[in-house]
Amino acid sequence: MSQDVAAEPCAPAAQDTVADAVATPGREQPFAALGLTAEEYARIAGLLGRRPTDAELAIYSVMWSEHCSYKSSRKHLRQFADKAPATDVLLAGIGQNAGVVDIGQGYAVTFKIESHNHPSYVEPFQGAATGVGGIVRDILAMGARPVAVMDALRFGPADAPDTRRVLPGVVSGISFYGNCLGLPNIGGELAFDPCYAGNPLVNALCVGVLRHEDLKLAAATGPGNQVILFGSRTGPDGIGGASVLASASFGGTGEGAKRPSVQVGDPFMEKLLIECCLELNRAGLVIGIQDLGAAGVACATTELAAGGGTGMRVRLDSVPLRDASLGPAEILMSESQERMMAIVEPGRVAAFMDICAKWDVQATVIGEVTDTGRLEMSWQGAQVVDIPPGSAADCGPVYDRPAHRPATQDELLAADPARLPLPTAGTDLRADLLLLLRSPEGGDKTWVTEQYDRYVRGDTVLAMPHDAGLVRIDAETGLGVALATDGNGRYCQLDPYAGTQLALAEAYRNVAITGARPLAVTNCLNFGSPEDPAVMWQFTEAVRGLADGCQQLGIPVTGGNVSFYNQTGGTPIQPTPVVGVLGVHDDVRRRTVSGFTAAGASVVLLGDTRPEFGGSLWAWLRHGHLGGRPPAVDLDAEKALAGLLAVAAARGLLLAAHDLSDGGLALALAESCLSGGTGCVIQPPADAAAFLFSESAGRAVVAARPDALPDLVSACEAAGVSAAVIGTTGGPALELTGLFSVPIADLAAAHRAALPALFG
Amino acid sequence: MTARIAVVTFPGSLDDRDARRAVRRAGAEPVELWHDDASLHGVDGVVLPGGFSYGDYLRCGAIARFAPVMRQIIEAAGRGLPVLGICNGFQILCEAHLLPGALARNAGLRFVTRDLTIRIENDTSAWTRQYRAGQHIRVVLKSGEGAYMADPQTLASIEANGQVLARYASGNPNGSQRDIAGVVNEAGNVAGLMPHPEHAIDELTGPSADGLGFFASMLQTVAAR
Repeated sequence: MSQDVAAEPCAPAAQDTVADAVATPGREQPFAALGLTAEEYARIAGLLGRRPTDAELAIYSVMWSEHCSYKSSRKHLRQFADKAPATDVLLAGIGQNAGVVDIGQGYAVTFKIESHNHPSYVEPFQGAATGVGGIVRDILAMGARPVAVMDALRFGPADAPDTRRVLPGVVSGISFYGNCLGLPNIGGELAFDPCYAGNPLVNALCVGVLRHEDLKLAAATGPGNQVILFGSRTGPDGIGGASVLASASFGGTGEGAKRPSVQVGDPFMEKLLIECCLELNRAGLVIGIQDLGAAGVACATTELAAGGGTGMRVRLDSVPLRDASLGPAEILMSESQERMMAIVEPGRVAAFMDICAKWDVQATVIGEVTDTGRLEMSWQGAQVVDIPPGSAADCGPVYDRPAHRPATQDELLAADPARLPLPTAGTDLRADLLLLLRSPEGGDKTWVTEQYDRYVRGDTVLAMPHDAGLVRIDAETGLGVALATDGNGRYCQLDPYAGTQLALAEAYRNVAITGARPLAVTNCLNFGSPEDPAVMWQFTEAVRGLADGCQQLGIPVTGGNVSFYNQTGGTPIQPTPVVGVLGVHDDVRRRTVSGFTAAGASVVLLGDTRPEFGGSLWAWLRHGHLGGRPPAVDLDAEKALAGLLAVAAARGLLLAAHDLSDGGLALALAESCLSGGTGCVIQPPADAAAFLFSESAGRAVVAARPDALPDLVSACEAAGVSAAVIGTTGGPALELTGLFSVPIADLAAAHRAALPALFG
Repeated sequence: MTARIAVVTFPGSLDDRDARRAVRRAGAEPVELWHDDASLHGVDGVVLPGGFSYGDYLRCGAIARFAPVMRQIIEAAGRGLPVLGICNGFQILCEAHLLPGALARNAGLRFVTRDLTIRIENDTSAWTRQYRAGQHIRVVLKSGEGAYMADPQTLASIEANGQVLARYASGNPNGSQRDIAGVVNEAGNVAGLMPHPEHAIDELTGPSADGLGFFASMLQTVAAR
């Protein structure tokens, strides 16, 4: 692959040795261009007792970037640990590459979601592709086999000219990379809002499976053990990606200035790397392992050495290069894709190399573990790095940034949707249903999901358009895992605390809908600039909401990712925490599907419906309205509903179940009719608008055989979940008795209209 | 004796595991075959699975056809060994000139994953004898370069010889000429199919179990020899 992305040199390629740093204490260094403040630069000099060398400065600049150090968020993220519910399912938690969850029968799963927002705006195809590649390597680094991916995407208005550049590029990048890796894409999200026009969100999730004994940690232990860099050669791509691209807002210097920072992906190499790593693990040749993502060699060496409590000596000249002109600072900062670093006993290096050769993966010993407690690096015979690894990995600055609830928040809450005119006539209700169905937000997402392979590996039990993805782990026992991601920027704009809990509740419910038991949470927190006190307030509220919510639901946060600086100029995106919930399914053969497939079943609405239109899709699409309070959160009710759904699935009481969220019951009924190919006849109550379009949380619509209905009703009573029989499946239409009827063919035509019309 | 069917793994093969599962489900013993293997180990048939062999760099299947194992497969196919290429495997068989025609980018220029119906046209080949001509089956298509193309003379000759194995019967998803979803060589032992029968072996993980017939047909072929 040609490399025409000539990077501006971030630091002079000529060596600046430790001796030089001692001899020339006053030399000016480009710390500001690398994203460090004067205070941070002074702190580095304080830690080292001298000015850093250029190579050391490169390490600190990337390791202390917002992206790698979580300097603005760390103080708040502690709540995930402090409020963690008592659990025995966690084998590894926050701080590792990804959390690891025990799912029984000797299996564990590891999952994580991560953002690649800015690269995907600058270069949609490669940005999104390498976002998939990066999260897959995180999972691989835990010793797991990656088994599925998902993606949560948000763009500007679907009909905006720039969305036509960004969306098709992002989707084809995910398609290209994920399909070529052989990982089924089992779900995710697609949303549109003007706030994402200059800053789309591309969040990629990966889940992997391992046996308990295969768990690997990022630790360089055992002095004398060899440090091996394997995978692609190191090139000039992505230099400064973490410090410049992921940790600053767009605008000001012009986007062209950041173009060289997007990496270029080679999924074929990553596929080889996956198989190679798994074979190395099986052969027991790996002591510690780390992927090279943001901050490349700098991050992998410091984290491995810090994780092991050891030291490391690295010969930077040994790093295989694609571009011979790279100097030590650039080698340290390069974010070239498809690279891993392993710690291997000297006597096993030959066996390690043999397996790499089988997979045509280049592997090079670049150093060894020491007992000095120092990370030392040489270049052309001279020492260019000599630092305590912990000072870069763990001792970064921690900021307690000011957070203030903005005054505009009161105006937003005061704009009560209760004053919006509600439709009452059948024709108006029908028109509003079709409005939702025809919108890019409420419409069919096949244009996107059809570009992803959801079948490869042959274990996909549920994927789009079902509420959650469900993957079989063990064919004998039927053990499987369900995954869902959810987020709602409108809800979070109105109330970041409640909005984040609603995202958690929806993902939790979506997992439970399949019959799985929710176990653990990951998150990708997409926000504007932390230097804006209003954004910081949104962030602190969201984190508090998620931590409290997880505590109440009894499922721990196992890891996550923070993406700040999602804004263009001074305008931040809506706060958009995306929450991923993982559940275990005891027998995937008993999964519940979302579509109505048989006539004559009773349609039952579970949960309570209140007239709640704040932040709703209906208010937004019908009236362009965003205001008031989001739907009320009742996590105890969510727990009761999830428990009921698990019992009902295990006892075979349900023919179908579908979550109610954006677009309320109206959209859920239409989707169930369409995905199962069967209509339904529904008897609406007097307040038909709230019945159809309210987005009250904690609800699901289910179909049950009439003979199973008494059992279902008594199970609902036992669980404390309200249940109302609202109609019957069957017939050629979605019919609301006395109000309107839409033939399935018309539903389908409306549902499938939006994306193909916009994107071809 | 149980038939032994090899599934070849090239670097970048993805559906090899799925093909082995389908072979096992049909009652045969799957044999793993590595791309640089110099021997076929006496297997009774070979499946070239889907994926992106060697990254599909240069052109889909163009590098895989030169893999060491392909020398053995080409020679054995000439002696009548049943060989099925699925998706990327179909592309490899065309590149190796074991099958006529070629696969080009989809008409929409996008990757397409879709459950669809194909009509079996040839029910006498080594891989389709358990189906009836005209039978409709539900399978999975998932490919970016699946548009079947051939020059007019080749098209006329494969139509005349009954070498069209199956056609798309629920709309043409990728611009394939004459809706062709799969072809077979003149001898009837080497078949290529763009959709994936190995992903239609049970209703839990696929749209149907209709795809098992390809593997069951192969067993019947081996038993009859």
